[in-house]
Amino acid sequence: VSARTFDAVTLVAGAASGPVLRLDEPLSFWGGLDSATGTIIDRLHPQRGASVAGRMLMMSGGRGSSSGSATLAEALRLGKGPAAILMLERDAIVVVGSMVAAELYGLACPVALTNGADWEALGAAASLKIEAGPSGATIRL
Amino acid sequence: MALHLSPFDRELLAGQHGGGAAFAMRFLVRFAEAVDAPSFLDIEAAHVDGCLYHGRASLDFAERMLELGGKVRVPTTLNVGSVDLIHPELFRGTKEHAENGARLMRAHVELGCAPTFTCAPYQTVWRPRFGAQIAWGESNAIAFANSVIGARTNRYGDFIDLCCAMTGRAPAYGLHLTENRAARAVVEIVSIPGNWDNERLAIAVGHTIGRRCGGLVPVIVGLPAAISEDDLKALGAAAASSGAVALFHVVGCTPEAPDLETACGGFSPDFHLQLTAEDLREAARSLSNVADGAALGVVSLGTPHFSIAEFARLMPLLDGERPLIDVFVNCSRATLDELRKRGWEERLSAARVTLIADTCVYVSALIRPGVGAVMTNSGKCAYYAPGNLGVEVAYGSLAECVASAQAGKVVRL
Repeated sequence: VSARTFDAVTLVAGAASGPVLRLDEPLSFWGGLDSATGTIIDRLHPQRGASVAGRMLMMSGGRGSSSGSATLAEALRLGKGPAAILMLERDAIVVVGSMVAAELYGLACPVALTNGADWEALGAAASLKIEAGPSGATIRL
Repeated sequence: MALHLSPFDRELLAGQHGGGAAFAMRFLVRFAEAVDAPSFLDIEAAHVDGCLYHGRASLDFAERMLELGGKVRVPTTLNVGSVDLIHPELFRGTKEHAENGARLMRAHVELGCAPTFTCAPYQTVWRPRFGAQIAWGESNAIAFANSVIGARTNRYGDFIDLCCAMTGRAPAYGLHLTENRAARAVVEIVSIPGNWDNERLAIAVGHTIGRRCGGLVPVIVGLPAAISEDDLKALGAAAASSGAVALFHVVGCTPEAPDLETACGGFSPDFHLQLTAEDLREAARSLSNVADGAALGVVSLGTPHFSIAEFARLMPLLDGERPLIDVFVNCSRATLDELRKRGWEERLSAARVTLIADTCVYVSALIRPGVGAVMTNSGKCAYYAPGNLGVEVAYGSLAECVASAQAGKVVRL
């Protein structure tokens, strides 16, 4: 039996795999993520205390200050950032943070836009693997 | 949507205008794709907020631009940094933070940015003209440029504002385009607390529209015609802190709102909000988390940076008793020069005022740890200081802040 695959739109290219962390609400990285540890520190976030490090981070949309780009890039530099980020809405803050890590440090944190219809199936998976290239992304369970 | 690149955009990408511009343009192309912009447009100025130190990655980015020989292509101002380069002795953080913060500020100057180090670039000679396409970072400056001046910028920030400056290009989307600047929410002020000045009214209205209007452009009806530019500055700063407001209109006051119909650009907004005196009192109260009469550690003014007109209001208030606690006032280095010319710096110092340039109390390590609660006349400072600095905050008008400093506790007038 072949594993299920899902098509997605590449926002930042790269390949990654890891356990899934699906956020119940979007997270502002600035003020909401401790870049030194990868821990969610937003007092009001339902998943406060969880770690994004090495996770396939599912976050439906973006939120908060544009300084979130620097926070994400810094977390990735320190090896405490997510393995990849899957979204339902385009978000420039997330894209820029991931691109800075790729350009400065050669660290891939692919960012992809998935289909709303696939969101539940992806979120229910224990782990995911993504290959995001210039012409599109493929996600495997 | 496919992104259209002009011949000049292709030259930038190909490195014909230098390695720094090519590096920046690569970022802009991916950014434009992420926000679904169809093309780029020319900008005539930029304001960069990336000189505030958030960690090694921000410094590495600026230094990579320098290694590539990057220079800004349009006049570019700088937002506050992490340290006051005029008064470096005031910094209480770690040596590493001070050094990296100062290095990041200098790297931006080497890239050709003007060393303004202010969150109020609209109070400098670099103030943009009506209708100018610009790429600005810093939420209060964005709100002011769009709303009070009628210049056009989206909410740019970290890395991207600098990329726009290095290329002179910005993605043609959002508030750069006329059709997106029309009001989609009508905010009507139906009553105002009897004893309130415009300063307090502006903060309460700003804080409320930030919380209530989401991503909609609001138009405000019912503000007094005499509201000052500093009041509008405070309104925008509060709205851009409690929410994501990048543009607001005030009927009869801001340049794109001669009347309600024009501000709405032919649309009829289906979001209406009525604010009563009680709503406004509640909004102002919600900005304080210490009780009236509580002991204070310090008073902080000038978030956004204090203008000369605000100093002119402050000076006579300080003629009374000498404050029992320190008063910090944040301003630009250009304003500091003007204070010196007027001979006001000595008078302020004698009245226990510490002038902070280049940075701001709420983003730097300037307050002595454990000093106690902070009182401010800024909605923005009141919103962010508890999270950023771990302090308790009282919000009050300028006159209340000075009276409280003189008493060492929260005084209401």
